[in-house]
Amino acid sequence: MIEARHLVKKFRDKKRGALPAVDGVSFSCRPGEIYGLLGANGAGKTTTLRMLATILAPTEGTAIVGGFDVNKEPEKVRACVGFLSTATALYGRLSAFEMVQYFGRLHGMDDPALGRRIDSIFDRLEMNEFRDRRCDKLSTGMKQKVSIARTLVHDPSVMIFDEPTVGLDVMAARTIAGFIRECRDAGKTVIFSTHVMSEVEKLCDHIGIIHNGKLMAEGTLTELRRQYALQDLEDIFVKVVEP
Amino acid sequence: MSLRNIGIVYRKELIDSLRDRRTVISMIVVPIFVMPLLTIGIGGVLVSQVGRAMDEVPKVMILGGHDSPNVRKQLSELKRVSIVPEKPDYAEEISNKQIRAAVDIPEGFDAKLAAGEPMTVKIYMYEGEIKSGFGADRLQKFFRDLRDRTVQQNLRERQLPESIIQPFDIREQNVAPPEKVGGAVLGGLVPYFVILLCLTGAMYPAMDLTAGEKERGTIETILCSPVSRTHLVLGKFLMVLTASVATAVLSLSSMALSFGAGKKLLLGVAQGAADSAMQITISGKAVASIFLVVFPLAVFFSAALLAISLFAKSFKEAQSYLSPLMIVVVLPAVAAMIPGVDLNAKLALVPVLNTSLVAKEIIAGTYHWNYIAIIFASSSVYAAAAIAVAVKLFQREDVLFRT
Repeated sequence: MIEARHLVKKFRDKKRGALPAVDGVSFSCRPGEIYGLLGANGAGKTTTLRMLATILAPTEGTAIVGGFDVNKEPEKVRACVGFLSTATALYGRLSAFEMVQYFGRLHGMDDPALGRRIDSIFDRLEMNEFRDRRCDKLSTGMKQKVSIARTLVHDPSVMIFDEPTVGLDVMAARTIAGFIRECRDAGKTVIFSTHVMSEVEKLCDHIGIIHNGKLMAEGTLTELRRQYALQDLEDIFVKVVEP
Repeated sequence: MSLRNIGIVYRKELIDSLRDRRTVISMIVVPIFVMPLLTIGIGGVLVSQVGRAMDEVPKVMILGGHDSPNVRKQLSELKRVSIVPEKPDYAEEISNKQIRAAVDIPEGFDAKLAAGEPMTVKIYMYEGEIKSGFGADRLQKFFRDLRDRTVQQNLRERQLPESIIQPFDIREQNVAPPEKVGGAVLGGLVPYFVILLCLTGAMYPAMDLTAGEKERGTIETILCSPVSRTHLVLGKFLMVLTASVATAVLSLSSMALSFGAGKKLLLGVAQGAADSAMQITISGKAVASIFLVVFPLAVFFSAALLAISLFAKSFKEAQSYLSPLMIVVVLPAVAAMIPGVDLNAKLALVPVLNTSLVAKEIIAGTYHWNYIAIIFASSSVYAAAAIAVAVKLFQREDVLFRT
């Protein structure tokens, strides 16, 4: 469960003072559902998701993630969240196994249970072939799998994906899309951000359109089509951000 | 505070760093191999150069004195100098190192010497050039001996005792134990190296663990793990401290070993030159005491370097922050080598300088325990402050996500 309550994030700028990157965003996202945050570059998607993952602290407002308040218990929030973005790189000098093991240990798992967990993840994602290879020697697709294994190792109930497909080729992007669906089917709460309309159309149960830090429209695809009397999501998006 | 989490982070950073060739070079290879090279190499070159200069037969020129065949004859019989024909451009030849020295014999030297008239013998040389110095020394010694012989002869002729011109002797004698003599020579140098290596050993990992993480994009990955930022920065700090201490310990031991080896090697080459420079014996007590005062300084360096490089967006930027810092640290370390700069209550509070000064004293065999305590305490305060700053900075989003 994710519940964002009037999230505000201001960044200080030398010339222009405090600028709101996210300006009063509220929404909720239930388990077994995929919530898509759609917006142009600089709209505030990454900042919103980083606040949900407690990487950034909100200037105002709060969010309840997995039952914990991001302001009050950020460490408990992180313990039940899996966060994946193209910016979350791997430690190049650790092997695929060590990378996942490190994060499992940081999540407080003891070694025998962690070993079993890693074995099952590596089997499922077919990663045993490059298990002991260093991360900086892996192909993009393999790195993607290590990242997925890293986010899954502690079996989080909430998954946050920040533009997970940026810069990936078709096959790697399909792997990610499949993974996002699997997460939903496993009953996890899933939120992901993108600026690619087709991904939203294919994957999302709920859509939020964010522009200049504000949530401009929200609803299922059907609801949005009805509300704006348009079929194509791209047309709806343009109508929302440029009324 | 969870020691388990700090331990997990530390262990990972240690494995990660030991797999990085650049860290291994700066932390292990440089201290082990550079110190012996420095001591044996430079020392060896120095001793062999001095030896060669002493063995050389210097070319000298005799100017004038054609009316004094006596002194010219004696000069030409002088061993270990070779006389070259007289030329008017002697000054230039000395400057160009074609000849080493020249002596100007005044007109009527023999006659004036016999008559007891005052006169001046001039020796031309290249000031500060060691081979020219040796040449000039030999000429000077010849004329001094000649003068002494003349004086003795004159005294004898007048039947006066020799003590009339030399009523008493003056002699200096060293009473300080040998390690104190050695301490004065090398005492300033050893702490300087140890302090510098503590800094350089910490420098690379400090940048790699902060700016390097930002550059490679792993900072966001680690921040979304449940480990708290305080544990994260403390784990990183311990790794940087390990590198700093390892560099210092490795270089100290390899330096001690190479001094031992160098001593035997060099003493065989040139007894005199090597003797005073190599008169150094560092006791186990001294090593332990130096380690005691240097350790809080290593803590201070590690935390400070971590805090500063955390500000940088990239490795390159971190390097441009840390390079000037080297000079800031080197200055007080060098200041301790200046003769006359001695430990007092005020200087005991100046970071780096205090450690350098007290280490100098320890090598010289003097243990001011009250100063050692003050310095340990003040360095610990600075170290704690630096750790606090590093931990504080790691909580700041504008520092972690500076773009």
